[in-house]
Amino acid sequence: MTNLIKVLYFARLKESLNYSTEDMDLPAGVKTIAQLKDHLAKRGEAWATLFNGQQSIRAAINHALVGNDAIIKSGDEVAFFPPVTGG
Amino acid sequence: MSVKVQTTDFDVGAEVAVMRLSSANIGALVSFVGQVRDFNDGDNVTSMFLEHYPGMTEKALSEIIAQAKAGWSIADATIIHRVGELKPQDQIVLVLVASVHRQDAFAACEFMMDQLKTNAPFWKKEQTQNGLRWVEAKASDEAARQRW
Repeated sequence: MTNLIKVLYFARLKESLNYSTEDMDLPAGVKTIAQLKDHLAKRGEAWATLFNGQQSIRAAINHALVGNDAIIKSGDEVAFFPPVTGG
Repeated sequence: MSVKVQTTDFDVGAEVAVMRLSSANIGALVSFVGQVRDFNDGDNVTSMFLEHYPGMTEKALSEIIAQAKAGWSIADATIIHRVGELKPQDQIVLVLVASVHRQDAFAACEFMMDQLKTNAPFWKKEQTQNGLRWVEAKASDEAARQRW
């Protein structure tokens, strides 16, 4: 069974990864935002720098801000971005 | 209650007039306008680009209005936020709140700006004399949100 999700990256993340959106089959064992960050950190140096826990990265699931413990479900839209700076 | 995310400028006077005349029980109307500064962190800013997360942005701003309605007695509220390329002295954001008495409108307006600064998915990238850079989030904005 596949667990397809959509992952979006914004602002500084989008630039450093040269990536704005991807469809991903959620790997076995990846159920939370924290686990997805760990998974992404293994993709290479640029990814590790952003997702190794040293940088402040915020996450949203289906357009709502969530914490590291939030559960990801099949069909979810997950987004990663730096702390916001609007207003 | 309305939320707009747009590249074009807005007319504060026109927005105030529409809200003011929408109900005769409105006794107070408070507006906050944010504008682009020509300096930040010791550098001259010549322009900036505002990125956002279409879909989440509108939802986050609507949620901020819903929280303000739950916390204060307000008759109406509007948030307009611009995105894209902006220059110093351009208007970025308008928060407009109407209430029967002034206290609710003052407090709700400040609350909404504090929430917007920390929870709405906008990111500023500045052009300075030293090149392009992403604006860093400020701890003081997070502190301002947490006092509510």
